[in-house]
Amino acid sequence: MSLLEITGLKVGFDTEDGEVQAVRDISLTLERGEILALCGESGCGKSVTAMSIPRLLPPDTTRLSGSIRLDGRELTELPERELRAIRGKDVSVVFQEPMTSLNPSFTVGFQIAEVLRRHENLSRSAARTRAIELLELVGIPAPARRVKEYPHQLSGGMRQRVMIAIAVACSPRVLIADEPTTALDVTIQAGVLDVFRDLRDRLGTAIILITHDLGVVADIADRAVVMYAGRAVEEAPVTELYARPRHPYTAGLMRALPSAAVTLEDGRRRLSEIPGLVPPPYADPEECAFHPRCPRAQDDCTTRRPALDTYGTGHLAACFHPLSAAAPATGGGS
Amino acid sequence: MVGLVLVAGFLVLAIVGPLLTADPAAQDYTAPLAPPSGAHLLGTDDLGRDALARVAYGARVSLEAGVLSVLLAMVVGVPIGLVAGYYRRLLDPVVMRLVDVVLAFPFLIFAVGMAAILGPSLRNVIIALSVSLLPGIVRVTRGEVLVLRELDYVAAAVADGAGDGRIMFRYVLPGATSTLIVQATVGIPTAIIGEATLSFLGLGVQPPTPSWGVVLTAAQQFLDQAPWLAIWPGVMIALSTLGFNLLGDGLRDVLDPRSSR
Repeated sequence: MSLLEITGLKVGFDTEDGEVQAVRDISLTLERGEILALCGESGCGKSVTAMSIPRLLPPDTTRLSGSIRLDGRELTELPERELRAIRGKDVSVVFQEPMTSLNPSFTVGFQIAEVLRRHENLSRSAARTRAIELLELVGIPAPARRVKEYPHQLSGGMRQRVMIAIAVACSPRVLIADEPTTALDVTIQAGVLDVFRDLRDRLGTAIILITHDLGVVADIADRAVVMYAGRAVEEAPVTELYARPRHPYTAGLMRALPSAAVTLEDGRRRLSEIPGLVPPPYADPEECAFHPRCPRAQDDCTTRRPALDTYGTGHLAACFHPLSAAAPATGGGS
Repeated sequence: MVGLVLVAGFLVLAIVGPLLTADPAAQDYTAPLAPPSGAHLLGTDDLGRDALARVAYGARVSLEAGVLSVLLAMVVGVPIGLVAGYYRRLLDPVVMRLVDVVLAFPFLIFAVGMAAILGPSLRNVIIALSVSLLPGIVRVTRGEVLVLRELDYVAAAVADGAGDGRIMFRYVLPGATSTLIVQATVGIPTAIIGEATLSFLGLGVQPPTPSWGVVLTAAQQFLDQAPWLAIWPGVMIALSTLGFNLLGDGLRDVLDPRSSR
């Protein structure tokens, strides 16, 4: 049994313009100690999928169905009270914005200690000692001094490390990192990614990494799920995905990386892009959601929706006209 | 700074002043309506009572009314605003419509009405003023809560498994304190003027207890014979109001994270 099994998850939000379908149908698994990347462009449903696990979605407007099992325990049916015991303990979240995600009114030590006292019933002094250890674990120098400082005294990278320290304080089984490096300088990013890798190695924490940065995915993820319009379009171990992307969308994303930029005649380099826009999240299209932007689209793409097919071990893609293994990352584009 | 000095001065006057001056009820029958002199620095009123003593005692009563009514309004209003802002769907519409009803009346009109219903006494003045101040405080608190509850660190607290109560008091309320302190400081002069107005109208503190409003009322009929009686309580009301307002502005500059330091 996998650590986390999500089956047939659908998430919609009631709005004044009707129900918005953020996640249309997704199934995925997460193994112990695995780093799984959820990638795709803005609005593809990657964050909503992850936030459904601890159910951090507005309760009165969210329509959620499907199954989310953590160690065999169904989370979708748990009442709020029991979820609260899971949040921060079994499932933790590191948010995107380190600058604003810490409470400015209390020291970082207090904030780390608070989670420990709540979930682990540690005494005040034991929690404080543990807070210092945690700051050390996430690579903050002089933790005994930093523990007494307020968030405004720390840099963005430091604050993100503090956020991670809070998230891993109770040794969660699943750590959700929602674009944890997007708001950080590139030089700081690598350090923060190292912290994640280190935590996985030392604590065995499984990590769901939400990102649209394929560079980050290649750097630390074991496996990646590429999402488009609320569905998984491709899923594979990272090395396999980069070597042999099957779905034209995945291939398009990879060509859009700066390292894949095309050199023009005048010596300037041009970034590739995927033409068109993400389809609106209202009606659920019967056809392949990507076909209007797809260079390989044919007539059948406009009438039916492709299901996920297997292409080798652990490699799934949902496309009628996948790229062949022999010719990686080709076909179409601008 | 000027505000701080003024407010501190008035607090000293209210606490120490009455100890140094004559009994504000003692009458000097030989010298009613006497002009300022060595025996009576600010003169005497129509009953021969020492005007300085009455102004000093008045400071005690007036500041007490001002501070206590704001304090009472904060103690009741802040939790109401906090809960209304936090449980936005459930409680907010009801609470805010009630607040709108009270706010539809001008502050003093409402206070006069409340005081008329409750009857004149210092305690009732404080209640009337705090009820009149309440909607403003509820609304400011709720406004702050609506902003603060959407902040990232509140979402992060939810993600760490914090419950409603903890989020309200540990994450939302601390963020609102600076605004609320400023709001309270600015509410005090309103309450001082309110007390003076109610007492002036005979709905507030009753003679012979001296508050600035009471002293001012009594002085009114002798304005042409003994103008010094009316000047000092008036100056006191003006200066204390100014002092608290300046203090509030100063605190806003210091405490408000949005203003640059």
